[in-house]
Amino acid sequence: MIELAPASPCGDLLPLQVGDMILAELDLGSLTLVAPFAGQVEATSDALHDAHGVGFPDPGVAIRVWDTLCLWSGRAQALLAGPEPDAALASLAALTDQSDGWAVVRLSGAGATDALARLVPIDLRPGAFPPGSAARTLLGHMTVTILRDPADVAETAFTILAFRSMATTLVHELETAMRRVAARAEAG
Amino acid sequence: MRIEGRGRIDRTREVKFLFDGVVRAGHPGDTLASALMASGQMLMGRSFKYHRPRGVLTAGSEEPNALVITGHGGRAEPNRRATMVEIHDGLEARSQNRWPSLDFDILSLNDRFAPFLGAGFYYKTFMGPGKTWEKLFEPLIRGAAGLGALSGAPNAETYEKAWAFCDVLVIGGGPAGLMAALSAARAGADVILCEEDRDFGGRLLAEDEQVGGQPGADWAAALAAELAGMDNVRLMPRTTVTGAYDQGTYGALERSGQHLAEPGDLPRECFWRIVAKRAVLCAGALERHIAFRDNDRPGVMMAGALRAYLNRWGTVPGRQVAVFGNNDDAHRTARDMAAAGLEVVALVDSRHEAENLAGDVPFYPGWQVTRAHGGSALEAISLRAPDGGERRLAVQALGVSGGWNPTLHLTCHQGAKPLWDDRIAAFVPPEGAVPGLTSAGAARGSFSTAACLREGAEVGAEAAGALGYATTPAALPEAEDAPYRLRRLWAVEGKGRAWLDFQNDVTVKDVKQAAQENFRSVEHMKRYTTQGMATDQGKTSSVAALAILADVTGRAIPETGTTTFRPPYTPVAIAAMGAGGEGPGFAPRRLTTSHAASAARRAPMIEAGLWYRPSYFPQKGERDWQVACDREVRMVRNSVGICDVSTLGKIELQGPDVGRFLDFVYTNTFSTLKPGRVRYGLMLREDGFVMDDGTTARLDDNRWVMTTTTAAAGQVMRHLDWVHQALMPQLDLRFASVTEQWAQFAVAGPKSRELLDGLLDAPLGDFPFMACGPVSIGGIDARLFRISFSGEEAYEIAVPARYGASLFHELVKRAEALGGGPYGMEALNVLRIEKGHITHAEIHGRTTAFDCGFERMVSAQKDCIGKTMAARPGLTGPEREQMVGLRPVDGLGRLTAGAFLFNEGDPADRIHAQGYTTSACHSPTLGLPLALGFLRNGRARHGERVRMVDHLRGVETLCEVTDPVAYDPEGGRLRD
Amino acid sequence: MRITCPICGTRDRREFYYQGAAEALHRPDPEAGEDAWDAYLHLRDNPAGRTQDLWYHEAGCGCWLVVDRDTVTHEIYGATLVEARHAD
Repeated sequence: MIELAPASPCGDLLPLQVGDMILAELDLGSLTLVAPFAGQVEATSDALHDAHGVGFPDPGVAIRVWDTLCLWSGRAQALLAGPEPDAALASLAALTDQSDGWAVVRLSGAGATDALARLVPIDLRPGAFPPGSAARTLLGHMTVTILRDPADVAETAFTILAFRSMATTLVHELETAMRRVAARAEAG
Repeated sequence: MRIEGRGRIDRTREVKFLFDGVVRAGHPGDTLASALMASGQMLMGRSFKYHRPRGVLTAGSEEPNALVITGHGGRAEPNRRATMVEIHDGLEARSQNRWPSLDFDILSLNDRFAPFLGAGFYYKTFMGPGKTWEKLFEPLIRGAAGLGALSGAPNAETYEKAWAFCDVLVIGGGPAGLMAALSAARAGADVILCEEDRDFGGRLLAEDEQVGGQPGADWAAALAAELAGMDNVRLMPRTTVTGAYDQGTYGALERSGQHLAEPGDLPRECFWRIVAKRAVLCAGALERHIAFRDNDRPGVMMAGALRAYLNRWGTVPGRQVAVFGNNDDAHRTARDMAAAGLEVVALVDSRHEAENLAGDVPFYPGWQVTRAHGGSALEAISLRAPDGGERRLAVQALGVSGGWNPTLHLTCHQGAKPLWDDRIAAFVPPEGAVPGLTSAGAARGSFSTAACLREGAEVGAEAAGALGYATTPAALPEAEDAPYRLRRLWAVEGKGRAWLDFQNDVTVKDVKQAAQENFRSVEHMKRYTTQGMATDQGKTSSVAALAILADVTGRAIPETGTTTFRPPYTPVAIAAMGAGGEGPGFAPRRLTTSHAASAARRAPMIEAGLWYRPSYFPQKGERDWQVACDREVRMVRNSVGICDVSTLGKIELQGPDVGRFLDFVYTNTFSTLKPGRVRYGLMLREDGFVMDDGTTARLDDNRWVMTTTTAAAGQVMRHLDWVHQALMPQLDLRFASVTEQWAQFAVAGPKSRELLDGLLDAPLGDFPFMACGPVSIGGIDARLFRISFSGEEAYEIAVPARYGASLFHELVKRAEALGGGPYGMEALNVLRIEKGHITHAEIHGRTTAFDCGFERMVSAQKDCIGKTMAARPGLTGPEREQMVGLRPVDGLGRLTAGAFLFNEGDPADRIHAQGYTTSACHSPTLGLPLALGFLRNGRARHGERVRMVDHLRGVETLCEVTDPVAYDPEGGRLRD
Repeated sequence: MRITCPICGTRDRREFYYQGAAEALHRPDPEAGEDAWDAYLHLRDNPAGRTQDLWYHEAGCGCWLVVDRDTVTHEIYGATLVEARHAD
């Protein structure tokens, strides 16, 4: 039997540090798109709760319980990150494995909000986008999911999910923005 | 010259810079204009048309004259206003529109011919036969006239764009803006305060006056510092708000790194998109000129600007100064000059009733300045007494004030026209014209400092209050509250040229002439005379020009109206607006998991949508791409080839109603598809034309996976969402893109089965054409589809993307062991042309299922998107151009895509066209060129001959019409 | 230009894909005849004033919206989910 070797989306592009900001690749574990069938949102939420301790999130919300993250990711769908989905969910919701579909990065540091303000057309300041927020939006020309992980309360950090194939562009765009923000901090 | 003890520059330090190649010195805090003036350089530019010598007119962004180029090569930037350039060590500035030098400019001869060069001169004179305008006159004129030129080198500077959000955006950081920001911020609102200048304070920086018992500039600095300390306030100095757009979006240009000697990674400029719930316009006012003979001589300046240079930068053009105005404000200039120990030669006020507010200076009420004397520097002025008597006085500087115009431009950016206010003889903002934007202070026509402070505080509180914040008005500091009195005077009667628009060399006479020639509308006058064009957009001249137009045409000013104010308020470099879009920022790059391996094999990449796919995999000794392509085609036909097909869109569908849904979006029936089987499908647009094609596999009862073409994946997803949400919301299904989840590879060729049997964890067993099913590779769950684009026995194998690179490596290794290898897009294209398979070259948006020979794929048993309209008259039948194959009659002639088809003997022109080619290749399998195309009634014409003519490439080939499928028409190779 | 998506809140125009008049919601019966289909596909008003058109929140939630807006003043009165209209 042959052995296939896994590779991460960002590979050796990350981590990188610019000024006080760090950009690192994240492994969120298994990623499953959970899209409840007609009329099954509540039942799905209950089943999610029973099996994984998290409910089905409202729009714009990310929920974390221990190693399980469940974040809203579009019309009538959420992304379950961490565990493999419980079998009981399969009859209630369309489950689609996207574990390999996303390049997931974490941008942290005091300048992170300013760096993203160069690329993302929504208000990501703490008041408007506190920990536990999730949004589908743009980063440059790329469609992305951005969230403040509820666990990230100690520092400013954003988790960003972009198409795996766009990992190179994602890193390039973020690195450029980080350099510009760091240069401002230096110039005072 | 500098005046000791005056100004807010740091005299302890010296800054060295270059102007026209000569080293000059200034101090931190100086602009290029103030530093040049201090070093005695009043001549700063040459005018657009007549190359007249010009000095600085203003102290702000409205400057029409003192335009320079800074930097050189790819870092050069033309048309920068010297009034806005902060000097720094190493700054390089050059004057523009002069040759060979600023002092001696050959084209200043133009000025001698001025009588012939008035408004409309170009239109009347340069009329010639044929193309003389564009070939001869225009290049000559463009060479002679103009402002700064681009370097021609690629821009070496960096720019950026960014977003900002706030409750209240305050535009302008003068007394009104500072108070507005303070009131809104104290109420708790998120505030952004944008100030065009380096420092906050606005006119307070230019005036010698007290606010709250301290110098105005100190008061402003203290308040700015207080604001900077508040968490809910963001101060943005050096930032000009350039446009007011819909739903509270504002454009703003920040000069972020340009003022620094070594900006490092800091971009030159940042273009901000600021989203504000409310906005307050506190942009102040711009002073206007009075036109009189030769009023453009260097040394003649706006009275407020003259005062600003003295009070802020401690510099004046010369020791002897005069002031000419029609309002009280002008008197302040005379007062400040006298207080600074300069010799005020005259304070001339055109109003007979005016009282001298400047103290002990020679006062000339009811007099007018009729002429400025001098060449490249002002030497004297002529005055005319009320009784007509003339007097000539020697001066080096003249401050002129025709009154002030509120800076209301942003309030008109959404199409509104400003309102005329007779009280101040100026236009004021049409309140409410930009939803959420209110103006305050001088921008609204309230010119005293006290009024600015009061209105700013009120409007700032109001803005925060409208958003639900509890507000208490901020306490107002004591400040100057002088009335603003003026009597309008636009131009002084007399001979000679009196200048209105300095940037475009437009005189009073030009405006009158335009009216005489019936260009009576202000928009026509603008275009005929060019008044109000170019970088300053007439900021110092427009009101006077239209007032004169109104006089000449016997209309009132409001009736005459203004031209339209459009964004941007001040020039914005395209580089700033397009920041981030250069180089790799132009579009995201989508790379497959096999990208690195393909690149390592030196495969040239071709873009397919955003994806990068290998064209071919060159081998040693191969002369060109054709050789490599032919080899790869033969490899697939004879052994086995590997191709990364991950770029095709993959959409997973689940739910009880997937079959019904697919029946509606595809022309053919999918609800009957059994689990474990794949079917080819065709999608139409609602207008009956083909949108996309691809296969859909039913993995099990409940799970299906659709493939789309690479380029149309986004469009298909949008379409599916549309159909489900808008047309069939009652269907219970969910779908999601899995394009990124799976790395998928075609394994094609007679040895494909042999390769797979060695690779999969278990032997494949019975796996017929169009079957699909789960397989395992190295313990990894994978999906296998037996589908073929090449016409050979072929499989597509999909693994989770993390294993893509590893699997590609394995597949290629095994293929090479079998005499095969990887193949690229060129070979893929040849293989499919040989098989007559369509791509978006054929389904280009104007072809129907009928045209492609797929009319039997449109099920009669059910409705589907596009079905009704595909049956329209004219979309079927012998008149349609139908897909055919083409090959040269002699087996040799060249075939090209995009050529037209004609009947033998017909002329090769548009009306005789019988069709066109869409794809062409050399077929190594058949040993001849092949093409696909669309030919009128083509299916009935197999065996006929047509002429292929490619007018563009100059190719003509006699072709035989054939079935589109040139290779293995029975399909035995892919089934067996 | 900013559109308030009923799901995501107010977002910049660049997140949305513009489709055209909301008439596209009213797909005729296949047997409705040429005139009905011609009107459905091709006949559009060009109002100076209030209009309803379709936008797709492509870089957001993926919802199709009917946006009620004014072509003259650029005011946006609101946006509703295409999907929700069928619930009426």
